[in-house]
Amino acid sequence: MNARNIQAGVLSVTLLVVFLAVWHVLTTTSSHEADATRMTAAQVEILTGKGMAEADIEAWSKQGLTFDQLDQIAGLGLGRDEIEAAGGIQSFGFTTGGAAEEAETGFPSPGQVWREASEQIFDPFHDRGPNDKGIGIQLAYSLARVLTGFVLAMIVAVPLGFLIGMSPLWSAAINPYVQVLKPISPLAWLPVALFLIKDSEKASIFVIFICSVWPMLINTAFGVANVKQDWLNIAQTLELSKLKTAFRVILPAAAPTILTGMRISIGIAWLVIVAAEMVIGGVGVGYFVWNEWNGLNLASMIFAIVIIGVVGLILDIALGQTLRLIEYKE
Amino acid sequence: MPDTEYIVRSDLLGKSFPGPKRGSENIVFENVNFRLKRGEFVTCIGHSGCGKSTILNILAGLETPSSGCVLVDGRLVDGPGLDRAVVFQNHSLLPWLSAQKNVAFAVKSKWPDWSDEKVKAHAQKYLGLASLTEGLDRKPHALSGGMRQRVGIARAFALETEVLLMDEPFGALDALTRGSIQDELIRIWNETRKTVFMITHDVDEAILLSDRIFLMTNGPKANIAEAVVVDIPRPRNRAEIIHQPGYYDIRNHIIDFLVKRSQELSGSVRAVPLSEVKTTQSLVYPPDVNPMKGITKNGSGRISA
Repeated sequence: MNARNIQAGVLSVTLLVVFLAVWHVLTTTSSHEADATRMTAAQVEILTGKGMAEADIEAWSKQGLTFDQLDQIAGLGLGRDEIEAAGGIQSFGFTTGGAAEEAETGFPSPGQVWREASEQIFDPFHDRGPNDKGIGIQLAYSLARVLTGFVLAMIVAVPLGFLIGMSPLWSAAINPYVQVLKPISPLAWLPVALFLIKDSEKASIFVIFICSVWPMLINTAFGVANVKQDWLNIAQTLELSKLKTAFRVILPAAAPTILTGMRISIGIAWLVIVAAEMVIGGVGVGYFVWNEWNGLNLASMIFAIVIIGVVGLILDIALGQTLRLIEYKE
Repeated sequence: MPDTEYIVRSDLLGKSFPGPKRGSENIVFENVNFRLKRGEFVTCIGHSGCGKSTILNILAGLETPSSGCVLVDGRLVDGPGLDRAVVFQNHSLLPWLSAQKNVAFAVKSKWPDWSDEKVKAHAQKYLGLASLTEGLDRKPHALSGGMRQRVGIARAFALETEVLLMDEPFGALDALTRGSIQDELIRIWNETRKTVFMITHDVDEAILLSDRIFLMTNGPKANIAEAVVVDIPRPRNRAEIIHQPGYYDIRNHIIDFLVKRSQELSGSVRAVPLSEVKTTQSLVYPPDVNPMKGITKNGSGRISA
């Protein structure tokens, strides 16, 4: 580690601290407004009088339920555990966050996000119904979709790119289609996919496939077409078969370019899955962000956004490290 | 039928490219005839653009001639093959393989049935001949220019082909490195006695290495004007060869050719036109010239200025 890296690290941390401090100052000045949802002592007393546990009142009011709603729930005569087991208060016709829309207009402070984050991180795989799954489960779904679509795209794009790269004829023939298809937003394919496949899970995988396929195809074709003539001459003078030339000379020569295409692809796929899941719904980080927004759980939403960034970074590093393994210097 | 004396033959070889005008053509060289004896070291000198590298590429099978043909060991060359090994100017090592594996890769291509140990031992033997015993696990980018070219030479010799083609193998090296590799090349060639055809720009290098030196006239319509016989006894080395009697006769002869005659003779060296050639016996070869004795040995090429 050289001196500049250390300096850069110190500077990064400083920037983060400044950013968090500004965020903290801006958000805590209006925090007293958020207390509007809290029950007054008198209200709590009324509710406990109707047989509602104090812990339940606390939990529900945190979810943004008003005193009136809690009063009605108290009328049901059921504990929170029982109601959750029956599908949550939503299934009883109560909307969470209704009160919060009026009251919790304040943007969450870094502290609130941190508390939310630490809750989520220590319980990432909890599953309490369709709208309350841990971040781990959401990420697992999103990653599974991205990786499936990505691998399918790889299976199609690398051999096809090889063919195009090896043959100027095929390259010229296919190029116009690639040029037209490439700039189409992958989300534009979603309705087509939903109509044709009639399965939202498979449709989202298709969207990932279609957005991953172009960078890999283009890079593979480019890498293969630009293998140095010297190395092909070597293959020829050694009388290597076409297949051997492809695998022993062209593939290793083009591998860094191909992998760079994959790196671009996985980046785009991770961008696209969030948007696709917001549209498709169900489960996944994209839907999670959207759902938290609908529930005005802004702290949780911000936490999810940060996690999306971190996972994207990890995916990029993973492919970057693989690239380093097969890279060569001339 | 393989010729016992001559292993490589070029008959009426020509290369031309379409010219700038419709129907016109740029003739790089035409009617080039030459023969290489078995075990002979022949270099080819000429100004840039005379087509010497093209001749080598045609011998290697990497380019096709516009007219004429080349035969190696009696077989028509119609593509690259493992009967000829090539050393390229820019080393052409595969950058993702180590030095050792670059040679092993070539060896394994020629002898696919060999065990890995045998391939490795064979590769190491030739790397050793090229004075490479350390750093064999390093990739080409981590080797010096001289070491890279040594690996390239080891790779070519490891194929144990009868014919080796070298396209300015030391062209990109500095003078000191060049000198030490020249000595090594002489040593390996002495031990293997393969037929070598080498392109060079360096007159001293040509005299040091060659049995004969082909002098090419300037292009377009270049040809081999004569073959200078280097009658200096072997083994030779760089330090002593310059003190050999006759060394400067040869050197001056070549320099004189390159400075004056290569231009004067340009386009004028003619073999018998294709239509008049009835048998290979009527092919006209560039005359062998021995500047040390001032006489012309065999050959009957017509030179008219």
